[in-house]
Amino acid sequence: MNNEAQYIIKEQPFYQAQGDEVELYEAAYAARLPVMVKGPTGCGKSRFIEYMAWKLGKPLITVACNEDMTASDLVGRYLLDANGTRWLDGPLTVAARIGAICYLDEIVEARQDTTVVIHPLTDHRRTLPLDKKGELIEAHPDFQLVISYNPGYQSLMKDLKQSTKQRFTGFEFDYPSEATETSIVEKETGIDHELATKLVKIGTAARNLKGHGLDEGISTRLLTYAATLIKGGIEPKAACRMALVRPITDDADIRVTLDHAIDTIFA
Amino acid sequence: MTKTVETEERSAKDLAYWEALNCRFPDADRVFDECIKEAKALLTPAGVDAYIENARFIGKMGRGVEPLLIYLEEAPTVASIVGEEVLPEIKDFCLFLSTNTNFKAIVPFLQTLGAVSKRLHSYEQLHHYFDILKDMLDKTTASVHGHHKTFPSPGLPLLLEQSPRLLKALSLEGYKNWIDYGVKYYNKHPERQKDYFSLQSPDAVAVMQRERHGTLMVDHERQLDLYLRGLWEDSDYLVPYSSAFDELRKPMPYYDKLGIRLPDVYDDKHGVSGIDRYRATLAHMAAHRRWSSQMIVDNWSPFQRVAVETFEDSRVDYLAIKEFPGLRKLFLALHPVPNENDLQLEGKSLIRLKLALVSRAILDPDFTVKDKDIAFFVQRFFDVMEQNESSSPEMADIALSFIARTRRQSDLLPDIYFNNTEVDYRDDNRHLWIYIEQGDEEEDTFEHLEEQKQQDDVNALPPRHYHEWDYNSQHYRPDWVSVYEAIHPSGNANVIDKILEKHGALAKRLKAILDALKPQQKVRIRYQEEGSELDLDVAIRSLIDLKSGSQPDMRINMSHKNDGRDIAVMLVLDLSQSLNEKAKGSQQTILELSQEAVTLLAWTIEQLGDKFAIGGFNSNTRHDVRYSHIKGFGEHFDTEVKRRLAAMEAKYSTRMGAAMRHAGHYLQGQKADKKLMLVLTDGEPADIDVDDDQLLIYDTHQAVKELAADGIYSYCINLDPKADEYVKDIFGSHYTVIDHVDKLPEKLPQIFMSLTK
Repeated sequence: MNNEAQYIIKEQPFYQAQGDEVELYEAAYAARLPVMVKGPTGCGKSRFIEYMAWKLGKPLITVACNEDMTASDLVGRYLLDANGTRWLDGPLTVAARIGAICYLDEIVEARQDTTVVIHPLTDHRRTLPLDKKGELIEAHPDFQLVISYNPGYQSLMKDLKQSTKQRFTGFEFDYPSEATETSIVEKETGIDHELATKLVKIGTAARNLKGHGLDEGISTRLLTYAATLIKGGIEPKAACRMALVRPITDDADIRVTLDHAIDTIFA
Repeated sequence: MTKTVETEERSAKDLAYWEALNCRFPDADRVFDECIKEAKALLTPAGVDAYIENARFIGKMGRGVEPLLIYLEEAPTVASIVGEEVLPEIKDFCLFLSTNTNFKAIVPFLQTLGAVSKRLHSYEQLHHYFDILKDMLDKTTASVHGHHKTFPSPGLPLLLEQSPRLLKALSLEGYKNWIDYGVKYYNKHPERQKDYFSLQSPDAVAVMQRERHGTLMVDHERQLDLYLRGLWEDSDYLVPYSSAFDELRKPMPYYDKLGIRLPDVYDDKHGVSGIDRYRATLAHMAAHRRWSSQMIVDNWSPFQRVAVETFEDSRVDYLAIKEFPGLRKLFLALHPVPNENDLQLEGKSLIRLKLALVSRAILDPDFTVKDKDIAFFVQRFFDVMEQNESSSPEMADIALSFIARTRRQSDLLPDIYFNNTEVDYRDDNRHLWIYIEQGDEEEDTFEHLEEQKQQDDVNALPPRHYHEWDYNSQHYRPDWVSVYEAIHPSGNANVIDKILEKHGALAKRLKAILDALKPQQKVRIRYQEEGSELDLDVAIRSLIDLKSGSQPDMRINMSHKNDGRDIAVMLVLDLSQSLNEKAKGSQQTILELSQEAVTLLAWTIEQLGDKFAIGGFNSNTRHDVRYSHIKGFGEHFDTEVKRRLAAMEAKYSTRMGAAMRHAGHYLQGQKADKKLMLVLTDGEPADIDVDDDQLLIYDTHQAVKELAADGIYSYCINLDPKADEYVKDIFGSHYTVIDHVDKLPEKLPQIFMSLTK
């Protein structure tokens, strides 16, 4: 099953460049430099990586990190079968073998002792030792490592080690400007310009409240959800409440304020 | 002579009424004709008969002519609002007051009856009102030796005078609660009772505020702030002003350098909820802040200024609606609909009407103005606005030519037309004007002194006010206690180091216990179906099982978990006078022993690495509760903290509830799984301004309950051997009484550790 083809992205994902990030990424890939993308949730980090993998024609292996993830979830482990034990490659190992872009999403969610296993892959060595198996993998020439993290809920516990940080080149993402975001919502979902403008306005209102009771503003992703619902025939105010307000907050004051914002914008 | 003439002028019927009144006061004679005319217009014939009959009685009560005159004047209105059956009741109530030593209250009672019945609107409500008054009177009329009501109620006449104002803001129930509060607390203090019922004392205002109907700004301040930030990317202090007390000059919302001023309460109006009215007002002001610029106005006449205001207000509303279309609905509901036909009126200054028409026509697409001049300027406004967002000076141009075109001689008349011209959500636009000439007053001579004074104030923290629970009435006294917080003065840190040296042996023992308590960073959890690593022992066992054909155990993995302590501790020290006493069987004072105990505890907790803060308190009446900051959560147990601890001194009394509430708000700000408040005290809560020794005990108990509701566990360490009598009432089972105070330094850290084990 570990064939390369399943990781190739077949159709072009929609991605609206906000600046020169596409060129910069291509340059980084040409030198096989590890890349880190930072930014709030739902601002298009994963979409960007997907788009670049498609553009470069390379397979993409995505790993969503969580706090229960261990090093063996990345590198691989022995499994039991009828004849004893059998080694199974982890996603990172697979990527290193076949020459894929390995994308570790939300890397800070993983425990710190897990993240150090990527170190030998991210410097001049480009190797991955499988100590349990006693094997040293030389990374495929096309292999590249990409990580993403969201500095928003950075706490003392959830931060990258300096030794990890300093192995990457970095992209900082943020929510796009209103005009760009409008066109993203329009193109992604096919709603009309006026509606998209209104949705983005609600998004902006919520982002202004960040730090005043909201941990994160309404993401571009949620805006496209709302647009999709409206496109599907739902009444705009109800769609916004459902897609934009209810998911992001349990705080009654904020909910009331955002509901009111929706009412004033969709008069 | 004149009298007979007047009598002759009366019709036979009126004469019969006058006869029935049977009254010889010349003053009554003078007003009678007017009154009977009004009565006949408002009442049925039977009603007029009752009116006269009761008037006769009041006239013969022997309390002078005044009650009769007011009755004659007010009664028809009252009866026409709530029904004629009220007339005998008014008489009965007057009689009741008259025979009850409270006859001085008759005049204010009758005087305000008209205004009160306008508020209450129904016979039943008015009846309740009488009952409430009777109840209040019963309670406040003092009697000597129990059987004679000898002294009149001091508060009643004042209460009656305030009634219309109170009932404007309060429901009848709120009115009753307000009175009950006053009766409860000031029944024994005639002077304070007067202050309360005349709405002079601060708590009268505070209680009234609590009982109000409508949307209070204080309850929604955060929502409004979020509204400003979210939709307008703006933020400022929101300051409420009271709208209850200025009857004549209604204050308007405004903003200046110090913040945005809003009324303290908005009732629902025209189907717009109170909170939406706040939002509309804020939206209007935020629009000004975004789009308006200041103008020099020394040369403009007042008319020109109001015109500029109107056009500028309309412009910012127009822009705001363009940005947020939903605002139109709100603004339309709140904007009055002026009556254009009144433009024909003569003898009145119609300037406000004209401008209100302009404003409505701009706001409301369905509103058409027939007046050509007004329509012309409305059109001109739209022409300008269609091009861009325009500017304040451009609006001023339009406004000035509007005034030039529509000016009439009658504009200068003193009788100004106000009906339906006041736009409730707009502010007073003081931010628009710049005056170059400030006037002749030499105001600024002392301005720099004023500034200096303000700077001094910055160094001291403003007081925080806390409620206090009154167990008698089962409710809170609002903002009763003022807590002043300051950093504790510093002393010599060596004192504390010496204490640590002295208790070196004890410290060693504590250390041994500590090591057992210290969190083990990682714990292995075995027998997991899913885990971070393969547990080889179990795996091999399973494999053997598998190979030998029996059912293998699938739980062959293991994982790790962190076993951490997450505790925040607040130690609250009683620093009242009694701590200066020598402890029984010891050469040291309780204060010194407490100091040693706290030092050891602080050292212990520092070793454990838990979040920890220390505060001390004492009180000198409810106006002066002092809370001293000894160690904050962010500080370590370092020299600075030791110096403060060394300077501990004891004075004044123990108002524990307020101090616990204050300390609790710091604990609330901490992020921790477990929050613990340790209270170290040597006696029961007491203060010199409280006679009832149970009051502060119940208040402290209430504070403990409040803290528990916020997830804070309070625990009391009491040094008073007789504490069992009351400490259980306060802390339930969360307490330790230490009989041998000299053992305190040893006990305190042990108690802490056993609590947090």
